[in-house]
Amino acid sequence: MTQIQTEAAQIDTTGNEPVIVAKDVEKWYDNGFNVLKGVSLTVYRGEVVVVMGPSGSGKSTFIRTFNALEPYQRGSIEVDGILISHDLKNIEAIRREVGMVFQQFNLFPHLTVLQNVTLAPIWVRRWPKAKAEEVAMRLLDRVGILEQAHKYPGQLSGGQQQRVAIARSLAMQPKVMLFDEPTSALDPEMVREVLDVMRTLAKEGMTMVCVTHEVGFAREVADRVVLMDGGVLVEENTPMEFFNNPQEERTQKFLSQIL
Amino acid sequence: MTTTTSGSFSAGPPAGAKIGPIAWARKHLFSDWFNSLLTLIIVSVLGFAGFRLITWAFIQAQWLLIPNNIGLLMSGTYPSNQYWRIWTLLGVVCTLAGLSWGIIARNLSRLFSPWVLGGIAVVSAFFVVFPATRPSSMILLPMVAIVAVMAWVGRLVGRKLAIAGQLISLLWFVSYFVALWLIGGGLGLRTISTNDWGGLVLTLFTAISGIALSFPLGMILALGRRSELPVVRWLATAYIELVRGVPLVALLFMGQVMIPLFLPEGARPDRVVRAIIALSLFSAAYLAENVRAGLQAVPRGQQEAAASLGLNTPLTLTLIVLPQALKIAIPAIVGQFISLFQDTTLLAIVGLAELLGMGRSVLANPAYLGRYAEMYLFLGIIYWVFCYAMSLGSRKLEQKLNTTH
Repeated sequence: MTQIQTEAAQIDTTGNEPVIVAKDVEKWYDNGFNVLKGVSLTVYRGEVVVVMGPSGSGKSTFIRTFNALEPYQRGSIEVDGILISHDLKNIEAIRREVGMVFQQFNLFPHLTVLQNVTLAPIWVRRWPKAKAEEVAMRLLDRVGILEQAHKYPGQLSGGQQQRVAIARSLAMQPKVMLFDEPTSALDPEMVREVLDVMRTLAKEGMTMVCVTHEVGFAREVADRVVLMDGGVLVEENTPMEFFNNPQEERTQKFLSQIL
Repeated sequence: MTTTTSGSFSAGPPAGAKIGPIAWARKHLFSDWFNSLLTLIIVSVLGFAGFRLITWAFIQAQWLLIPNNIGLLMSGTYPSNQYWRIWTLLGVVCTLAGLSWGIIARNLSRLFSPWVLGGIAVVSAFFVVFPATRPSSMILLPMVAIVAVMAWVGRLVGRKLAIAGQLISLLWFVSYFVALWLIGGGLGLRTISTNDWGGLVLTLFTAISGIALSFPLGMILALGRRSELPVVRWLATAYIELVRGVPLVALLFMGQVMIPLFLPEGARPDRVVRAIIALSLFSAAYLAENVRAGLQAVPRGQQEAAASLGLNTPLTLTLIVLPQALKIAIPAIVGQFISLFQDTTLLAIVGLAELLGMGRSVLANPAYLGRYAEMYLFLGIIYWVFCYAMSLGSRKLEQKLNTTH
């Protein structure tokens, strides 16, 4: 029994309690560009949703609104029952419960791997250092980076850095994990080690929203696949239907370009 | 080497291989007639200049003005029966310097490598041989010993005590106030007016105070200039642009003349304090721009990652952004500190007898008429030693903070 997240085993994957409820989200950039034109998506507990779409479709922007890294102007987003508004307290409360993994890893280069992972639990969750380090070491072991715990991020390969980034997010024991193209900046031979960690995480019942171009991963792990294009959600389907029998013409065209 | 023919690729040693000095000179200095000519001209010019300098320094120069006035140059008109206070301060500084060295080098297997021992021997020998330091060598040699012993102690403490690094920083902080008390007096010591502070002591005191004050101020200004609040941003920008548009000399005069106007009769700060304030306000504007450059070089993703972990803005700033920004800005910041150190020479213009000012007043003495070269060379070497030490320290710090390999 491999467990990456301690609480994950208790999560009931069959329940349909919503974790993220986004309704008619609209967003304009400062220059007036309408990047999201009313996107709605509900993510249920224990579910893995893969978001696909061409570049510039707004998919990254969309999932970045889930932890308020991007503000939105119309519609509503609730995460774990808390509405994302301008209230800073709400935003910080949501960010504590939502983990995020970035395309460029964004590890803190001046801190060791272990310090990267323990930083937020110590300063945000106010855990004692010993407890934070114990949890961090267990997580690093699970993602296979235990031996590198005292190295600096700059001394690791891209794949190792991304696995540390996953461990860093998990250390906050989030209720949902957002992945923003986690393998796009990796050399091909390192993509797999990161996807393996994500696969294990999904099997343990973590609620995940992944923006990715990895079709194999989406087929195998996703409960739902959605396609975004031009700031709208084009199709929402099971992976089987999405890849084998897409309903929308736009989806067929997109798939023909990437498969 | 225009005569090279085919097959020459395999000839000669591979790049980077060691070659003898003659072969090296042949290849780099005498490769053709033009290079040979250049080499000969440059060598003869340098040789002539070096020869003249050495003959001047050892035969013509009259160095007596340095040892005769060493007290003035080091500490101005500070009463000589109170010199023990400055020596005590030097002892404190040597103790802390030794401890810091030991703590920083705690993981080295050997503290006293042949190089370090050689350096200690050279410095000690210099103190005994050099006429200006010879009379004080019975104090200076124990100072060297204090540094060495304390380095050894520091290494032991550093290995046992995890917080040794923080502790020594705290001690340095406290030592500033000890220095203030030792030099200025009060609390049982005879009070010595700042009118009697001078020479190298005053230079170091104003420079260190200026650095210590301008750094936090510069950091606040840099953050202010990047603030999301327009009023804060405008104020910081206005301050920086105003101060950078005014020469330091003007600011120093304004400090001497205008600061007293704003304050009531009794609360007027001392002349030295006013100079330090002017120096710090000036330097802070430049430091702010250096720190701002560092802040801008930290990728946006760092803030996003910190935010996504639930860190609030102050935590993100202090734990993530500032450490990286300051690290990037180290060379520029230390460059500004070196400038500040050299800018203390302008204090002479507003009537404070710091090192250079003291040197000039010694030269004004008819007994030492025309001995400019000796005096300025000596002062130049002193300034160089301190500035080079800062530059060396900055490089070491950069190496220590480099986490990429």
